[in-house]
Amino acid sequence: MKICTIQELLNARVIVGEERLGDHVYSACGSDMMSDVLAYVKDQAVLLTGLVNPQVIRTAVMMDMHCIVFVRSKEPTPEMIQLAEESGMVLLATDKRMYEACGLLYSNGLVGNKVRETSA
Amino acid sequence: MSGALSFHFDVDGENFTMAGQASVQVKKNLRRLGLPPEVIRRVSIAMYEGEINMVIHAGGGHAEVVVAEDAIEIVLQDNGPGIANIEQAMQAGFSTAPDAIRSLGFGAGMGLPNMKRYTDEMDIQSEVGRGTRITMRVLLEN
Ligand SMILES: Nc1ncnc2c1ncn2[C@@H]1O[C@H](COP(=O)(O)OP(=O)(O)OP(=O)(O)O)[C@@H](O)[C@H]1O
Ligand SMILES: [Mg+2]
Repeated sequence: MKICTIQELLNARVIVGEERLGDHVYSACGSDMMSDVLAYVKDQAVLLTGLVNPQVIRTAVMMDMHCIVFVRSKEPTPEMIQLAEESGMVLLATDKRMYEACGLLYSNGLVGNKVRETSA
Repeated sequence: MSGALSFHFDVDGENFTMAGQASVQVKKNLRRLGLPPEVIRRVSIAMYEGEINMVIHAGGGHAEVVVAEDAIEIVLQDNGPGIANIEQAMQAGFSTAPDAIRSLGFGAGMGLPNMKRYTDEMDIQSEVGRGTRITMRVLLEN
């Protein structure tokens, strides 16, 4: 799925990374616990989260992710935006809540892990 | 270790906002050196977990990353409270982090086991009241 499709499905605002909206991503995960993202996530390129602090960006950078979606109208700080810019991370923000945002992406084909996609 | 390259960082324990920034810098440096992405990812995740630990559990410390021909070595050293029972601390899910840390997205008790998982060698030296020194190595295959 292209990042711009995620943006459309979630009616999201692009905070940074307009030039990367055409990039393809194949799986996503949702969590407010960065500990869990670091421990359980493998190749998911998109992180949906309701947590707002610089560690969200740094965690996604460590995990080689491409895009962060802030749910529940959460707004990243200028410092976070700058960090994202430096790392080439796309930041999106949506009014939708975590459950609905994840459900919308999943039901439109963005799975939790790549296995399903490659074996389909 | 001739030709080894090393990076040193002071990790500020007073300012959570900065936590993880040394690891981000190391990741950039390793990328510039053209190391394999999987190696970079393992080193950065392991160091990041350790760096966050130094900030939330030990009031900050020092980090040193040495890039040698055969391995990347990460040394994290702090003068914090130390770890009384290392075996227990290594168990997935064990955490002494307060709720305030959990609301920042950390404190699931997954960091140390994750550091072990992502590195080839890991050694913890810790003394209660004195501090903790963690050495991790990720081997480079040539
Ligand atoms: N540098 C340190 N100094 C003192 N205690 C530490 C240090 N690192 C870890 N610990 C202790 O070991 C426990 C387990 O650490 P671990 O990183 O596995 O989990 P956590 O930091 O509590 O949560 P998470 O890493 O999932 O965010 C900590 O809760 C803490 O009690
Ligand atoms: Mg930890």
